[in-house]
Amino acid sequence: MPLTDEALLAAVDLACVRGDRLLFEGLSFALVPGTVLKVEGPNGAGKTSLLRVLAGLLRPEAGSVTWRGQGIAACAGDYAGDRRYVGHQNGLGLALTARENLRLAAVLQGAALDSAALDTVLETVGLPCAGDIPAVRLSSGQRRRLALARLLLGQAGVWILDEPLNALDRNGHALVGRLLTDHLMGNGVAVISTHQTLTLPAGVRQQTLTLAVA
Amino acid sequence: MIAFFSRWASLPAFYRRSGRWIPWLWAAAAGLLVVGTVGGLVLAPVDYQQGEAYRILFVHVPSAWMAMFVYMFMAGASASAFIWHVKLAEILARVSAPLGAAFTALALATGSLWGARMWNTWWVWDARLTSVLLLFFLYLGFMALQAAIEDRRRAARAGAVLALVGVVNIPIIHYSVEWWNTLHQGATVSKFDNPSMTWDMLWPLLTMALGFMVYFAAAVLVRARSEILERERHRRWVIDEVAR
Amino acid sequence: MAWWAVLRRDLLLSVRRLGELGNPVVFFAAVVSLFPLALGADAALLRSVGPGIVWVGALLATLLSLEGLFRADFEDGSLEQLLLSPHPASVLVSAKILAHWLVTGVPLLLITPLLGVLLNLSPLAQGVLFGGLLLGTPTLSLLGSVAVALTLGLPRGGLLISVLLLPLFAPVLVFGAGAVGSALLEMPVLPYFYMLGAELALAVTVVPLATAAALRASLGS
Repeated sequence: MPLTDEALLAAVDLACVRGDRLLFEGLSFALVPGTVLKVEGPNGAGKTSLLRVLAGLLRPEAGSVTWRGQGIAACAGDYAGDRRYVGHQNGLGLALTARENLRLAAVLQGAALDSAALDTVLETVGLPCAGDIPAVRLSSGQRRRLALARLLLGQAGVWILDEPLNALDRNGHALVGRLLTDHLMGNGVAVISTHQTLTLPAGVRQQTLTLAVA
Repeated sequence: MIAFFSRWASLPAFYRRSGRWIPWLWAAAAGLLVVGTVGGLVLAPVDYQQGEAYRILFVHVPSAWMAMFVYMFMAGASASAFIWHVKLAEILARVSAPLGAAFTALALATGSLWGARMWNTWWVWDARLTSVLLLFFLYLGFMALQAAIEDRRRAARAGAVLALVGVVNIPIIHYSVEWWNTLHQGATVSKFDNPSMTWDMLWPLLTMALGFMVYFAAAVLVRARSEILERERHRRWVIDEVAR
Repeated sequence: MAWWAVLRRDLLLSVRRLGELGNPVVFFAAVVSLFPLALGADAALLRSVGPGIVWVGALLATLLSLEGLFRADFEDGSLEQLLLSPHPASVLVSAKILAHWLVTGVPLLLITPLLGVLLNLSPLAQGVLFGGLLLGTPTLSLLGSVAVALTLGLPRGGLLISVLLLPLFAPVLVFGAGAVGSALLEMPVLPYFYMLGAELALAVTVVPLATAAALRASLGS
């Protein structure tokens, strides 16, 4: 692993077991700043599990995940401040308005934002007028956009996105592409799983990891 | 130290080693239980207050001790499973619960039998019986949680949290029940408080207690071994072991 | 700051689902009014068993309300985000438990004097009952949070929660109902309150850690 030293996020010899099925083992990679890792594979191959392991939600059966060269278990607080995770579920309180949801997310992630900054974020994800609408009344695509808006709260080096394109229309796909490109150009790293094609500009450093059903 | 421990706790090594211990443990348990039973039922003198009926104490007291001991064992195993992620400890905690529940049930049943003879009623809300009953419910809760969670790792983590919460609560439960008992019934004569137990009653009791302990060790190993085989059934070493 | 934000969020969510807020209270009142139907309306009898009835009713109402503590957050993914936060999960969880007690425990407390009247309780018994519930119901919410966290996402979790919790609830019941019994015999009540307070103090310090660990165990799968 020659790159591990400069890597922002790396995995060494990861293995993951669900129930009594071995999803993957011996999985290693290193992501230097500005790299996106696309995780591919059929349903049940363990994409979501891998992302949850990287996020620190799931303990790997073996191996370790490192952030800036430290194991994520050892620097949990620092890593948590530098990592954003958008999972299958949007993580929104449905009875709360878009703005309330974002404000809570900002506080939880330790990012201080005033309401002007919140408006900017809402505008960036294409929800300029949705600020005071409860999430339950947004369409599923709009909720997805709101979940993705969390990525823009404060500065984070590591983005972990599980099927970010779900429920999004074509404009939404372009939005994710734009957000990702900006993030990578700003020396972030991202790990995403998606079944759809996500086109990124040629200048972006891309890696692909294909998981097979064991 | 850690290297030694992890080698000891490696499942294949444990499986093979424990296989050699089990026959000896069974033999020791059988010997102790036979000697203790003969000592308790035949050799020990008749109690001048309670007559022959007191002899159930030779089963009741060891099972009540084991009911507590097994919960402590479970909590200890849970703690090491929780802190160090030792798989063997997870397995030991899981398989010891039904044994602990069985000892607790035995303590309740023998206590009730004794009560039927001494107090002419099958159940009294005596402080000790009541806290043993609550302990029984704690065991049942642990087992129900284990049964409800399919993923073994999650079941082990969840069980560990529950067992540790339970072990903190056991003294509180015990104390509260004792307090409750004195308020509602006044001081009752505690059942087995026999301040001057003579040596010819004591040695069969201790022999039985030791026999119960060794029986528990043997039974826990047998159960742990089958749990190991089930968990690791896709691993090479298990397939080789079974083929042998 | 984050603690306040979580508390505020949960209270806000409860206020916006006002319809569900009343359920535990209605259940509590209904259970308590069933007892005179089962035992007969003898005023003296009700006066002596009344405090126990109220305590068991409060305990069952808490038990039923517990599922709401993490269920919705688990299903919509909010719980995941909570655990991913750089703030200690145990601290954030304690805010959620407090919110739960404020929206379920406090209404139970408020309706207790009314139920006491239905059961012919004397003013002294009423006062001691209220004090006991004030100290005891937060402990019930705290202990309950561990069980809910352990059973997240399991089929028939509600029944399992009750099985796990009933033995753990026993001491609160003993001290809480015992305080009223003691007051009725004109014996000191404070020792019972000290015990309830001690259990609450222990639960406040230990339970959030256990609940956070339980949530990690349940979400890590």
